[in-house]
Amino acid sequence: MPQKPKEDEVLDGPVEGLTQAEKLQFIKGDVAFNDEIFTPQNGLGPLFVANSCGSCHAGDGKGHPFTILTRFGQIDSTGNHYLSLGAPQLQNRAIPGYLPETLPANVPFTKILAPANTGLGFLDAVSDADILNLSDPLDIDGDGISGVPNWIALPSYSQIRAQAITQGGKYIGRFGKKGATYDLLQQTANAYNQDMGINSSFEPIDTYSKQEVDPEVSNSTVHDVVFYLKTLKAPIPRNQNDEDVKAGKQLFFSIGCEKCHQSELKTATSSITALSNKVFHPYTDLLLHDMGSGLDDAYTEGSAKTSEWRTPALWGLGLSKNSQGGSYFLLHDGRATSIESAILWHGGEGENSKLMYQNLSTNEKNQLIKFLESL
Amino acid sequence: MKIFIFNYNFKNAIYVLLLCFINNIVVGQTDSLKITRTKQDTTQLSLNMDAVYNRPFLKYGKIPIAIGGYAEANTEYKVTDGITDGFAFQMRRMTLFLSSSVHRKIKFLSEIEFEGGTKEINIEFAALDIQLHHLVNLRGGIIMNPIGSFNQNHDGPKWEFIDRPISATQLLPATFSNVGFGLFGKTYKPNFVWSYEIYLTNGFNDQIIGNTENKTFLPATKLDPNRFEESFNGEPLTTAKTSIRVKRIGELGVSYMGGVYNKFEVDGIKLDKKRRADVFAIDFNTELPKIHTTINSEFVWTLVDVPETYTQQFGKKQHGGFIDVVQPVFKKPFWGFEHTSLNLAIRAEYVDWNVGVFNETGKNIADDVFAIVPGVSLRLSTQTVVRFNYRYEWRHDLLGNPSIRTAALQFGISSYF
Repeated sequence: MPQKPKEDEVLDGPVEGLTQAEKLQFIKGDVAFNDEIFTPQNGLGPLFVANSCGSCHAGDGKGHPFTILTRFGQIDSTGNHYLSLGAPQLQNRAIPGYLPETLPANVPFTKILAPANTGLGFLDAVSDADILNLSDPLDIDGDGISGVPNWIALPSYSQIRAQAITQGGKYIGRFGKKGATYDLLQQTANAYNQDMGINSSFEPIDTYSKQEVDPEVSNSTVHDVVFYLKTLKAPIPRNQNDEDVKAGKQLFFSIGCEKCHQSELKTATSSITALSNKVFHPYTDLLLHDMGSGLDDAYTEGSAKTSEWRTPALWGLGLSKNSQGGSYFLLHDGRATSIESAILWHGGEGENSKLMYQNLSTNEKNQLIKFLESL
Repeated sequence: MKIFIFNYNFKNAIYVLLLCFINNIVVGQTDSLKITRTKQDTTQLSLNMDAVYNRPFLKYGKIPIAIGGYAEANTEYKVTDGITDGFAFQMRRMTLFLSSSVHRKIKFLSEIEFEGGTKEINIEFAALDIQLHHLVNLRGGIIMNPIGSFNQNHDGPKWEFIDRPISATQLLPATFSNVGFGLFGKTYKPNFVWSYEIYLTNGFNDQIIGNTENKTFLPATKLDPNRFEESFNGEPLTTAKTSIRVKRIGELGVSYMGGVYNKFEVDGIKLDKKRRADVFAIDFNTELPKIHTTINSEFVWTLVDVPETYTQQFGKKQHGGFIDVVQPVFKKPFWGFEHTSLNLAIRAEYVDWNVGVFNETGKNIADDVFAIVPGVSLRLSTQTVVRFNYRYEWRHDLLGNPSIRTAALQFGISSYF
């Protein structure tokens, strides 16, 4: 009989310590996320990108270019000026009988691969204060790394976090490649609406007709999916006693990668006990960093500059291939097909670390990559 | 009495006939000799198309009605990547046959199947055959579309495997039947028999590319509850098959089924172009001389016109098939059964639901399964089989991520009655 894969070989599965009731809700969310397929008969589209949550997040891992998103129309913090032309997201597929959207001429755009889902509840439970503590917008410490939050306006249905910090009526976004999404409810409701053309009471405007329509997914299902995303376990590192991995970890710190890819964060008190006051190791600071002209797609969201991207969490990186069809598709648009290629695309605030990486010996580079693959 | 939930009047008629028949048997129990087995087709060179009549029917006295059927049940212990739901006991199906000779050249036969208890109740076959000439027979009613061999010859007791082939159930619609008319005929020569069948029936619908299987899935056609009453788009489905069985070599069948699957026009308003789904199949079976090894195989190709603006999740090309090899180990009286045989069997099967490459990467689209199924069967009589199977399959998602591995131990019985 086929054996169960080791816990550290897969990304799916619940966080430890859930109550029985929480486990049942996790299962309901799991079914809605991974098993529910939308068809023209049950609400898909008419315009869409994918027909299920699982299409973009196979095995709860990173996405594949097959379901890459195209976002367009915003170049600065004054907002998106192409909303009437279907912005911010292009629905590049349509059910039979309809025509998908096409990108308007000469419009700024970027391509975005779906991120992995794992450990999102931990990231969601980090306090605003802790995120701001990592921020250094004026680079006072002079290390060339600034890090700023993406200050965003909230949708009406968002539940503001306890002890949330505001700036000019805006709040800290922490999800999405640009950090322009406040929480997992906003992420989920948007994905149903923008990715699958499934309207909810949270996002009731149909992407095709631009009119408010009846919900096609229930509030309870949306909440179940949000709960599922919150309570997916954090990826479990592998081979931590391997000497190369240990050496690679030291190199990761010594060449400055850890300044943005923070190895340790802690959660605040959460309504989900299993997520409360936990120390975890995501390798992100949840802040925006200028990544240089090479990664500047001339498109942005919220208050981020076009060259700024939210530091992606590196946990689970070594398992990415298992959800991407056996190949790496890294960075926001999957342009990097190896970890080394992803490192070499770093510029801006990541330039110094990239140069230091390039100066490593071949053996040291291999150790660093082995460490990253162990996450 | 759940059978009365059928919407179709002729289903009720069949049921009344059935009750009358049973009543006759019960009332007439004083002389059980009146119940006889109908003679089966004794032609040496029978074909898969003969399977519909080549079954053990019971006949009572001179009533021109014969009845029969089969049932199959099993237990299964299945593990997928180390996770199991434990043992399951399954009554896969019970099927009733009812045939009637209206005239020596006019026959009616029906087949009603109860699957998963009463979860699915289907009329699989209910057709009138009128013989005008041995090469020209008219068939009308609910017809089993003769695509491949399994669809024609699917009775559980004939197979050494508890699961039906994946290609016959999840690539082709298993026991796919539709309302329509057509012609069939056979010609016998000393060393071979040749046959043809051609039918026009109601056909596919757009659930082929709009289903919760998340793949181009011809069996989703069966989900349309109106398909026995009306055509989804007014376009007939054409099914044609020709077979030849040559003595000491085997039977080769080539079949085609195709038609428009989308609703291209409503109330005279054109909505879309006509989009076709076409299926081609080859089947072959033989028995090796002296060692009596039987080989049964079928391979299927499908082509579906999926709109370019839809999603590559739904494949334009599919293929798959199976090969069964059955080796009798011994045949002798056993435990009081006169015609017992013990067989070793193995099935290999493969289906690719999405043949092609991703537009975005140029790499292979997976969405496939490969399975191997060794088994042992004990045929206590020609009509009753006890089966033990071990199944191991590797299934890939669309992206070709590491396979989901499933293994199953299955034990079951299947018998005509």
